[in-house]
Amino acid sequence: MANAIKVRSKTDGDVTLIRLLISHPMETGLRKDAEGQLVPAHFIELLTITYKERTVLSAQWGPAVSRNPYLAFRVKGTQKGEKIRISWKDNMGESATDEATLE
Amino acid sequence: MDQRRRDLLKLLSLMAAAGLLPRAGLAEEWNEAAFSAKSVDEVVKLLGGDAPRESDQVTLNGPEIAENGAVVPLEISSKLPNSESIAILIEKNPNTLAASFAIPPGTLPDIQTRVKMNETCNVYALVKSDGKFFYAAKEIKVTLGGCGG
Repeated sequence: MANAIKVRSKTDGDVTLIRLLISHPMETGLRKDAEGQLVPAHFIELLTITYKERTVLSAQWGPAVSRNPYLAFRVKGTQKGEKIRISWKDNMGESATDEATLE
Repeated sequence: MDQRRRDLLKLLSLMAAAGLLPRAGLAEEWNEAAFSAKSVDEVVKLLGGDAPRESDQVTLNGPEIAENGAVVPLEISSKLPNSESIAILIEKNPNTLAASFAIPPGTLPDIQTRVKMNETCNVYALVKSDGKFFYAAKEIKVTLGGCGG
């Protein structure tokens, strides 16, 4: 699952805008496949973003977050060239962690 | 359970309460009850709130009409002091709560994301500020529902 989390960032003065795009099906459990069978729910439940051991955002999601979730937020006091770490865990016990360098 | 194990568990829970245990990235637990709730009132209660007030300090931006309910872009921001969490509630979805975000100090209370909407209804941005809950609401019309599709 390389490139499962895409990160874009832009630092302007003291504030960094961080934008994430995470590859994930985010199945609601209500959708039927071509054979008319319900596709089991499969969605990210927990997301945490840390900067130098400090949590800068944590989220809890339900299946109503769109497929391939997009998230943008702003953080103060971060520096260009430093790394952020993004981790998620879904309802099927799958998880992923990725790092990105702030721009 | 033997006494030693009980003592160890007690010690661990005390340490956890005192914040002495290392916090792994994803230590917190998913709030299953809140995500299973079927009404705005129930979600607010399960998030620890009581009678939230509408506030013009909370902004919820989204489309007037969402042609595709599977991808409805939303932006929520708050000018309230110490905005510590933001939640997105969709009144007529199968489960009301769509997402909640904990905003630690240093992170601006300004979130953009995309959600699914089953049908035309009110969307609520619920913000916890200084321990109290405030909200902004907006009706978004949905042309094609996005939960079963």
